[in-house]
Order: sequence, then C-alpha cells, then structure tokens
Amino acid sequence: MTSIDTERTVSLTVNGVPREARVPVRRVLADALRDDLGLTGTHVGCAHGVCGSCTVLVDGEPVRSCLVLAVQVDGAAVTTVEGLARDDHRGGQVLHPVQEAFRECHALQCGYCTPGFLVTIAAGLEARDAAQEITEEEVDELVGGNLCRCTGYANIKKAVRHAAATMREDAR
Amino acid sequence: MKPPPFRYADPDSVDEALDVLAAEGDGAKVLAGGQSLLPLLAMRLAAPATLVDVNRVPGLDRVEASAGGVRVGALVRHAGLLRDAGAAGVQPLLARATANVAHPAIRNRGTTVGSIAHADPSGELTAVLALTGGSVTVARPSGRAEVGWQDLFVGPLETSLSGPAVVVDAFFPALPERSGTAFAEIARRKGDYAVCGAAVVVTLDEDRRVAGVRASYLSVGLVPEVHDLTEAVAGKPVDSADWAAAGALARTLVDPDTDLHATADYRRLLVGVLTERTLAEAAAEAAGRTAA
Repeated sequence: MTSIDTERTVSLTVNGVPREARVPVRRVLADALRDDLGLTGTHVGCAHGVCGSCTVLVDGEPVRSCLVLAVQVDGAAVTTVEGLARDDHRGGQVLHPVQEAFRECHALQCGYCTPGFLVTIAAGLEARDAAQEITEEEVDELVGGNLCRCTGYANIKKAVRHAAATMREDAR
Repeated sequence: MKPPPFRYADPDSVDEALDVLAAEGDGAKVLAGGQSLLPLLAMRLAAPATLVDVNRVPGLDRVEASAGGVRVGALVRHAGLLRDAGAAGVQPLLARATANVAHPAIRNRGTTVGSIAHADPSGELTAVLALTGGSVTVARPSGRAEVGWQDLFVGPLETSLSGPAVVVDAFFPALPERSGTAFAEIARRKGDYAVCGAAVVVTLDEDRRVAGVRASYLSVGLVPEVHDLTEAVAGKPVDSADWAAAGALARTLVDPDTDLHATADYRRLLVGVLTERTLAEAAAEAAGRTAA
C-alpha cells in the first residue's frame, strides 16, 4: 500500500555532496535548499514560477525550485549556484565562465536575480555545441525566462555572448 | 507564498494512484509536472487535502507517433515533446505550439497532458487538442476510456472528470493530407500567458483550392472552441485566397472577455490579425504538401 505522509526524509546529492533532510511534504525545493541545507545562494523572488531567480539544475536540467516539492526530487542530483565554480587544485576555486563573464561585463547590480541567471545560462551554454557562434535568438531564449529589474538586460546579454566566446576558445 | 499543508503520496502504478484517490476522496488531486498546480498552491487559490504524485509511475513518459496521430503519455514534459522529431512529422502543430509554452525551465518540468487536464483556456495544448479533434485516455477504477475534447472542457480550469480519475495520455490526430498548420500568439513577454493566440489548419483539394479552414484560439473563450472559417475562402485558389476575409469572419465568431491584460475589443482585433497571419503561413505549407 502506498504510504501517505505529511513529512518525509529526502536524500539528495547537492553540488556533488550527499545531503539528507527531514521535511514537511509541502516544502518546496528552494526552501529546503535554503532553510534545511543552509545553501542560501538560491534566491526566492516571486515564489510562483514567474521570475526565475530560484532556478537550479535537477539532474542537469534547469527547473524552478519554487515549483518542485523537495520530496519530488528525492534521489536526484541538484546543482545550485554554489556548485558552478570548480576547484583550481591549488586549494581555491575558479569561477565558471558565466560567472567570470558576469563580473567582466557588469551584468549584475543588486544581485538578487543573479543566481537564477547564472545557473540557467551555464546549463544552456554547456548543452550547446560550444564550437558554434551563439545567435541573438539563442541569447534571448537563455535570458527570457528570468526577470532582472536593475540592469535592463543589455549587460546580461553581453555576458552571455562573452561566456559563449570563452567556452568556444576553451573548446578549441 | 508557501503551499498550504497537504498529505502526499507517490504511488508507482496507475492502479495504486486510483486507490489513493478513491481513499482520500474529493480533496485529493493528481500532481504531475506541477508547473500550474504549485503556483495555485503558493497563491492559496487551491488547497487540496492530498496530492497524488504520479511522477514515479513507469511507462507514462512515452511519445508514440503513428500514421494516425501522436499519443503523448502523462509524464512527457513539454521539452520532450518539443524535441520529438517523430511527433513533429505526424502533427507539426505540436512542436509549433509547445515552443510557445512558458520558458525552458518550465518546459523541462511541465507536462503536455497536465496542462490539458488543467483546462486553462490560455493553454497552448488545450487549443491544439481541440483544433486537431483530439482526446484523452482517462483511467478510472472501472477501467480506461477515451474522452473527446468536446466532452472534457467544462469551464476555465474545470474538466468533466470527477471522482478517482487519472488522465494517462492525450491523443492528437495526424495532420490530414494536403493540409498545413500554423501557430502564433501575442504575449507581453515571450513565455508569458498569451493575451491572444491562434492555432489554424488549412486543407486544400487536389486542384490546390481551399477546401477547409479551421481555427482555435487561446485566451479568448472560457473553454477551447474550434471555428470553421471555410466559407470566407471556400474554393479559392491557394495563392489568391483572401485570408483577411477569413480573419474578419473569425472576429465575428469569437466572444472574448475584458480583463486586466486586454479589453475584449483588443482581443477581437488580435483574433483577426493572428488569423490572417497564421492562415497565410498554413496555406503555404498546405500548398507545399499538395502536388501541383
């Protein structure tokens, strides 16, 4: 018989680290990441799927973490903005090309929406053929699902093109 | 902005899901992609006592394209249908409409069948199901049955389904021969709910004259409707048919509402514009599929 619960223990691999949390079944993934696992890099903006600031990767694909229950991703691999940087093998970390590009192009102001943009764009750029030059249409599609009320998008789009160019160089 | 408390079950078969739905009664609701249901919970517009999550049910994630049409399982994500070349070959309207569903992150999670069961008159795939004359398969404790689109949609966010029921797939008939389709919508921001949208199909006869024109609209009525616009252009050669006349006819047939986003008059105007634009596109495709 199927169990019907109000609380469950959820096991996740978050940024490569196995984690576990006991959560009420109504807890959305965004809140579980922030409140139960202490990963406050994921920001909750609208909390109903419109703004995109809470976007994380579930098994490699961008999803709105405010529109997924924590219990629904039991057993999944989750990547948050904290997991984008890589070890530099000298005790430090090296930023993802998208993070580097955001810094280079001044693609953030208040920073609230930034984690969602970074995760979405990083996954989008990694999923495409890096050798191909990125089109304006692709850039628009990559940023179109996320709201930023500071920058006006010009610098965010510049950062996408910058990161794509870096990844193109790296792919050679 | 947090969902109200509920009980949760994630059965691993349709039969078990039906058992839980039957045991939990009217307060139980099926959860698939959750991209419409979870916003409703967050806004406290819905407060189901129990969510029955069908994501762990095997076998519901298949797209089956055959000569007769495309059957889409209840766990096929919008992104999956969008990528399915077999489905696009049999019924090109599916990918054209799905490309307009929200944003990539939502399409990765939301399901085609869930958006149909949600019965939102601004849903892209509800309009496509209606236009293509599609149906859904409903599993009940008594067995499975096909429910045609006309018998499914009752009102905004309301279907005719009651009691323990799970929609296990949706069937979209194939594009008929000598036919073409097109889809377009107007939204304030790409990926937002459409202020107005149109899905159309144009069918020609063997002499490349217009034999059939049908259209279905988004965000225009309370439930999806299909309008026959053939009389405006019947028998006209495909290259010289007056699509604006069909658009003008469409404007007289629809009865849109005014809301926060647009007035009824503006929506009626968009129906005319989108009809003319999409019919020209669909007709060109139909002509390409009809030997000269």
